[in-house]
Amino acid sequence: MTRGTAERPLRVAVVGAGPAGFYVAEHLLRRGDLVADVDLFDRLPTPYGLVRAGVAPDHQKIKFVTSAFDKVAAHPRFRFFGGVELGKDVSVDDLRSHYDQIVYTTGAQTDRRMGIPGEDLPGSHPATEFVAWYNGHPDYRDLQFDLSQERVAVVGVGNVAVDVARVLCRTPEELAKTDIADHALEALRHSRVREVYLLGRRGAAQAAFTNPEVKELGELEAADVAVVPGEVELDPLSRQALERSGDRAGAKKVQILQSYAHRPPTGKPRRLTLRFLVSPVALLDTGAGGVGAIRLVKNRLTASATGAIQAQPTDQFEELPVGLVFRSVGYRGVPLPGVPFDDKWGVVLNEKGRVLDPETKQPRPGEYTAGWIKRGPTGVIGTNKPDAAETVTAMLEDAAAGRTLEPVEPEPDAAERLVRQRQPLYVSYPDWLRLDELEVARGRASGRPRVKFTRVDEMLAALGNRRRP
Amino acid sequence: MNIASILATKGDKVVTILAEQTIREALGVLAQHNIGALVVVDDARRPVGMLSERDIVRWAARNEAVFPLLVSQLMTRDLILGAPGDDLGSVGSTMVTRRIRHLPVVDGGKLVGMVSIGDVVKAQRDQFQGEVDTLQTIVMERGH
Repeated sequence: MTRGTAERPLRVAVVGAGPAGFYVAEHLLRRGDLVADVDLFDRLPTPYGLVRAGVAPDHQKIKFVTSAFDKVAAHPRFRFFGGVELGKDVSVDDLRSHYDQIVYTTGAQTDRRMGIPGEDLPGSHPATEFVAWYNGHPDYRDLQFDLSQERVAVVGVGNVAVDVARVLCRTPEELAKTDIADHALEALRHSRVREVYLLGRRGAAQAAFTNPEVKELGELEAADVAVVPGEVELDPLSRQALERSGDRAGAKKVQILQSYAHRPPTGKPRRLTLRFLVSPVALLDTGAGGVGAIRLVKNRLTASATGAIQAQPTDQFEELPVGLVFRSVGYRGVPLPGVPFDDKWGVVLNEKGRVLDPETKQPRPGEYTAGWIKRGPTGVIGTNKPDAAETVTAMLEDAAAGRTLEPVEPEPDAAERLVRQRQPLYVSYPDWLRLDELEVARGRASGRPRVKFTRVDEMLAALGNRRRP
Repeated sequence: MNIASILATKGDKVVTILAEQTIREALGVLAQHNIGALVVVDDARRPVGMLSERDIVRWAARNEAVFPLLVSQLMTRDLILGAPGDDLGSVGSTMVTRRIRHLPVVDGGKLVGMVSIGDVVKAQRDQFQGEVDTLQTIVMERGH
């Protein structure tokens, strides 16, 4: 029977309620020529993925994107099953017996390692864990970071690295106006951090941060910004690349960074130094039983065959004394139980969103992927929209050709029964909107956008621990 | 964005041919996969050339007996190789200026995939579209 009509809607399970999951739902629900039911699963009781747990608390404007997601969730054919984990509460086979199609949108959940000696010394952390901690992700809220250290290195110059450096430089008063998790606000109140280094392996022109981000670093209330003058000079290769591409924003970014070389310190209590053309080669224990210094090699830039500018190590080294290191050199997807994984790229094995069988390299009927777990961790939030559209196009082509799963219990009620049975305390979208209201109300008194719940049992208690019979 | 983000959604597939195979075989492979170019590899799967439909058309225009010729006779040997970490801005502009439609990608000497100029353009378009969309959403939703 044709799927996607009022008599027999296309039944879709989406696993992972971050931007990619919502965009998949949106593309399916907003089509005039299709009737689809979308059930969005997440292992956390709360939706929005990295918009809630990744985007920095002092960047609230970016979090406005969630109101677009709420509009999708208001569709009568949309349901949210929060607090339900694939591989723990439900299996791929469970989903196969209830849905025509399954879409994996679980993101890139781990940090890539630097692969250098000393990486696991106490005091060395993945930057994403610090981010998840200050954003109140329940899995990370009990982590400890030694903020009694005065000198900190953040390895990387991508969004996450810049966020971490900026949050470390903010005053408690600035942070208290945000929705940073209470435990993090309290810990950062007692922070003794004075020197923060952001370490980029390539040059100023190649740094991934945007111009507004660079400017923001130069306007911090309680931290002077500094660069090493020689490291922000434009080398001939980068100059040529900027001219060839006509990248005016890139040229402007270099200008802004160069202007920081001539800024005299104004005596602010903290200093943020942006370093370029350096790569960590080791973390050193200088006797205190944890990170005491980071050993850096200076790089020079070369162009690859395609003209891409790369960092090549020289034979010059330096040691930077630091007691805390956050590494942010890239992310990787985590394999999902029962789903083919492409180890080389760290994604679900797929072709344009269709999950492939690892043996035959042919599509597995009814299984799809979108977002970072499909293409790797690149782009901004909105990049997931065209990415999700590509996946949905494949889904609809396959559905029209009759290539779907053959669920034995396709009724929406059957899926809900399954979820209730496995996770009686699952969180629905109306539940989440209630939690959202409570968080916002808790923040109102202190002039904050919200005060987050950071423990799952706290969230469930706030909802009255309602078991669904 | 870099080359890896394109290869990640290509399902680990790169269609190759050996230099000593015939053009007849090469055409069969092109037709079977509905693609426009093949990476020519040696026995160790190292890329040694590229064979595109254009290379074949150019020969066929002046030599009707193109079928039994060997891939090695028609292939382009002047190879530019990409690496997974190469950024798409540089890759795109190099492909445009050097008029390259297909770029084999190697990692540690091993062939890991191929990207076309169409892949690069689409990835960059999606990136820009995503940035615009994010900005628009922020502006539109801020009043709520």
